[in-house]
Amino acid sequence: MNREAAISLLIAAGLLAAPLLGNAFDEPFVITLATKVAILGLAGTGLNIALGYGGMVSLGHAAFFGLGGYVAGILASHALNYEPLFTAPLLVEGTTQMLIIWPVAIVVSGVAALVIGALSLRTTGVFFIMITLAFAQMVYYFAISWPAYGGEDGLSIYIRSEFPGLNTLNPLHFFAICYVLLILAIGFSFLLSQSRFGLALGGARQNAQRLATVGISPFRVKLTAFVISGMMAGLAGALYADLNRFVSPSMLSWHTSGEIMVFVILGGTRRLFGPAAGAALYIVLENTLGDVSEHWLLLLGALLVALVLFARGGVIGILAGQTRHA
Amino acid sequence: MTVSLIVEQLLNGLQFGFMLFLMAAGLTLIFGVMGLINLAHGSFYMIGAFACAAVAAATGSYWVGLAASLAAAAAAGALVEVAVIRRLYRRDHLDQVLATFALILVFSEGTRWVFGSFPLYLTVPDFLSGPVALPGGIDYPLFRFAIILIGLVIAVGLFLLIARTRLGIRIRAGESDREMIAALGVDIRKLYTTVFAIGAALAGLAGALVGTIQSVQVGMGEPVLILAFVVIIIGGLGSIVGALVSAILVGLADTLGRFLLPVAFDTFMDSSTANNVGSALASMLIYILMALVLFLRPTGLFGTRAH
Amino acid sequence: MRNSLSLLTAAVAAMALATAANAETLKVGMITTLSGGGAALGIDVRDGFMLAIKQAGADIEVIAQDDQRKPDIAVQLADKMVQSDKVDVLTGIIWSNLAIAVVPAVVQQGKFYLSPNAGPSLLAGERCHENYFNVAWQNDNLAEAAGGYANDAGYSNSFLLAPNYPAGRDMLTGYKRFYKGAVANEVYTKLGANEYAPEIAQIRASGADSVYFFLPGGMGIAFLKQYAQSGLDIPLVGPAFSFDQGILQAVGEAAMGVKNTSQWNKDIDNPTNKAFVESFQAEYGRLPSLYASQGFDTASLLISAMGKASVSDADAFRDALRAADFKSTRGDFAFAPNHHPIQDIYVREVIKEGDVYTNKIVGVAMTDHANAYIDDCQM
Repeated sequence: MNREAAISLLIAAGLLAAPLLGNAFDEPFVITLATKVAILGLAGTGLNIALGYGGMVSLGHAAFFGLGGYVAGILASHALNYEPLFTAPLLVEGTTQMLIIWPVAIVVSGVAALVIGALSLRTTGVFFIMITLAFAQMVYYFAISWPAYGGEDGLSIYIRSEFPGLNTLNPLHFFAICYVLLILAIGFSFLLSQSRFGLALGGARQNAQRLATVGISPFRVKLTAFVISGMMAGLAGALYADLNRFVSPSMLSWHTSGEIMVFVILGGTRRLFGPAAGAALYIVLENTLGDVSEHWLLLLGALLVALVLFARGGVIGILAGQTRHA
Repeated sequence: MTVSLIVEQLLNGLQFGFMLFLMAAGLTLIFGVMGLINLAHGSFYMIGAFACAAVAAATGSYWVGLAASLAAAAAAGALVEVAVIRRLYRRDHLDQVLATFALILVFSEGTRWVFGSFPLYLTVPDFLSGPVALPGGIDYPLFRFAIILIGLVIAVGLFLLIARTRLGIRIRAGESDREMIAALGVDIRKLYTTVFAIGAALAGLAGALVGTIQSVQVGMGEPVLILAFVVIIIGGLGSIVGALVSAILVGLADTLGRFLLPVAFDTFMDSSTANNVGSALASMLIYILMALVLFLRPTGLFGTRAH
Repeated sequence: MRNSLSLLTAAVAAMALATAANAETLKVGMITTLSGGGAALGIDVRDGFMLAIKQAGADIEVIAQDDQRKPDIAVQLADKMVQSDKVDVLTGIIWSNLAIAVVPAVVQQGKFYLSPNAGPSLLAGERCHENYFNVAWQNDNLAEAAGGYANDAGYSNSFLLAPNYPAGRDMLTGYKRFYKGAVANEVYTKLGANEYAPEIAQIRASGADSVYFFLPGGMGIAFLKQYAQSGLDIPLVGPAFSFDQGILQAVGEAAMGVKNTSQWNKDIDNPTNKAFVESFQAEYGRLPSLYASQGFDTASLLISAMGKASVSDADAFRDALRAADFKSTRGDFAFAPNHHPIQDIYVREVIKEGDVYTNKIVGVAMTDHANAYIDDCQM
């Protein structure tokens, strides 16, 4: 077992232990924080596929994260009000079943990623960063100004959606769901990176022309990765909506895109457990720095700058050394 | 709807375009020379506005305030360049985005620490105050004409700086071949610090001018930052002419969209829905414009190369 | 997330407080905005709240934390305060969207929530709750009063302007609920917009005899400054949000003479208010805003209820809150059946006192005004 694998195992075990300890010592808020880490880690794992493995610096993943959240919110609110979403051409009703909400969230954010990706991938570099940002801003302003689902006020879900066999209102049960999904997503990323598709994606990142000469279209490979990446972010968004029992346009804002990106880089790009580690560190900082000073955002900013400058490769990079697999 | 209203709105669009150009000029200069994506540009805009407001309040002179905005933003820019940005030129865009994103937090919260949470007072100096009467019965604020004029001066000034001066020659050389210019004995570090400080100073000036008729408060740079990025992306990165053309385009599109879209939708739906739909679409309009331009010309209107 | 004042305990004179019906300390969780652009409001609410506790020497422990104006952070703070800190009462939220996200879950868990500011219609009507009390207003109140004032002033053709988000639409609805004249035009701008030249051109062309606007914070500063530069002299009227003490200093001359509606002003003539304004200035070195008065009143209400019942006896405590047996800085104060204030709303005019821009009361827009959602509320 190499060093990174050991560290990864440690992170996975730590994230599992935290809420159990929180439960044992009657600190239920620890469970909430651990759940948040798992969910944001999942969103980061999604972004890592585009940004890390595919080299596509997207500053617009809040769009997919938020869309996933709105799918959960809209379906649940229709179910609670007993109003169908559509009556024609066929009757579509709302639902509070996670097993239905998730696929819908994944499909919706996947379709959005397909459209946005297909248009954005015509550009590269800074243009790509900015066009993904522009699309996310479009969705953001749409959500704010469209009154049907609460606009800027957001949409409350009041009751957490259900999962067969579990009581999702029990924080530990809900944490378990998010944790398992995070581990599955990380496992999927691992398989993806080891597959022929993963090799092609690495090729598209490093040298697109060479890939094209062996008869593989870099555009298609990248677009596929972008869509998968958006789908994971969408699933994370649906879970985040259930965690907070609430969705609002702030999930779609460019700050959210920036924060998801921070998780990935903080943990280490192209590291399987990087986003989860980054999210954990960020949330721990967010919850402890505030005790130091009212101006804790300043400290956080300074710390992030220092990390970029002096700790390349993120937390896992520091711990596991610079050697990394492609 | 009268002709004078349409003329006034065109003027507003033009004026907003020049405002955007002021913000985008420094950003596109920095990107063109150093290839650096600087999310903290909006912070220099904020620093300029705060410096102008504080100094104008202390000295009673708007002009001393404007000078202070240039000085403070340039100083902050040079400091940041030496301490942080210098180490990022060779990194990929990802590190630049993260580091400058973090700098926004530092500057915003730092400014709040120094100046408190309340907006500052800054107003138009007396002799630029009030409206002027134009033919056709339009009253138009004098200060907005001043913004158009300053925008033009800056555009010409930047153009001359790059085309005619020694610094400009180095900047152009630096844009096309970084290694070569270093080999020729030009101190590239000093050049970069200078360019970054100029870019920051332009942002600071824009902040002071715009803050004069808007509000001087923490976080004022962020909405502007995104608009400025939209402008330089549409115009083509690094192109001053592109930035000017695209700023005016965006200014006109945004102004006319806000004004005409609700009216247009009103012709075929009930008026409160039309208002909602029109306003929603208007707020998305410039992003739609940007996506459209990039779809048709992936390097922007005047861009020649991809970064 | 926390701030340095997070554990401000004011358990000073617990022994001396003879009225204390309960021996144990009451724990209050305050979720409010203490960082970023909206911090001025949260800081005023917190400072007003703490001042009242300090003056009364009440045995209350306040855990004040920063929500960063983000709904998800606010929800998580509420979870933490309920689950880990085990608070009895929550308060502090400034923004309606945050209140909508937090309040329903909190009151369902049997906690009390006292709102010092946000009063969305949803929580006054359909989603009202016996444990939710709003000490400030129902959001529409000041807008309704502005509509009433417009009638009194004889306006018959108003131009309406607000940002395109739910509170903005509510503020126009509230105005139109009482305003009887015609509407020249109704314009919604982008939330956070700072450039109002296009709208000012529309106002000029509209032939309106008055402009009603709701543009809180920086938006209002920008609009007022640009309006003053435009040479238009159509009278402006609006709710107090663009005219609070913090904002007025940034607008300056451009706000002079503008009429605005508010449930509080520093010159309301009663002993409580006089003492409040003086002691707030002495304590913090600035004039209180209406937000500070709301924070002060919220704490006063809480202290009055503590004196009558223990928070562990929820029914008795609720009755004690409902009685609203406290001295409000606003003078008369009572709760409507949906736990929102019945109060007078004043017309204020912006004036200059020495170097400081402030408001003075020039009339009463509405007396004993409640709200429009009482019938929608089934408690």
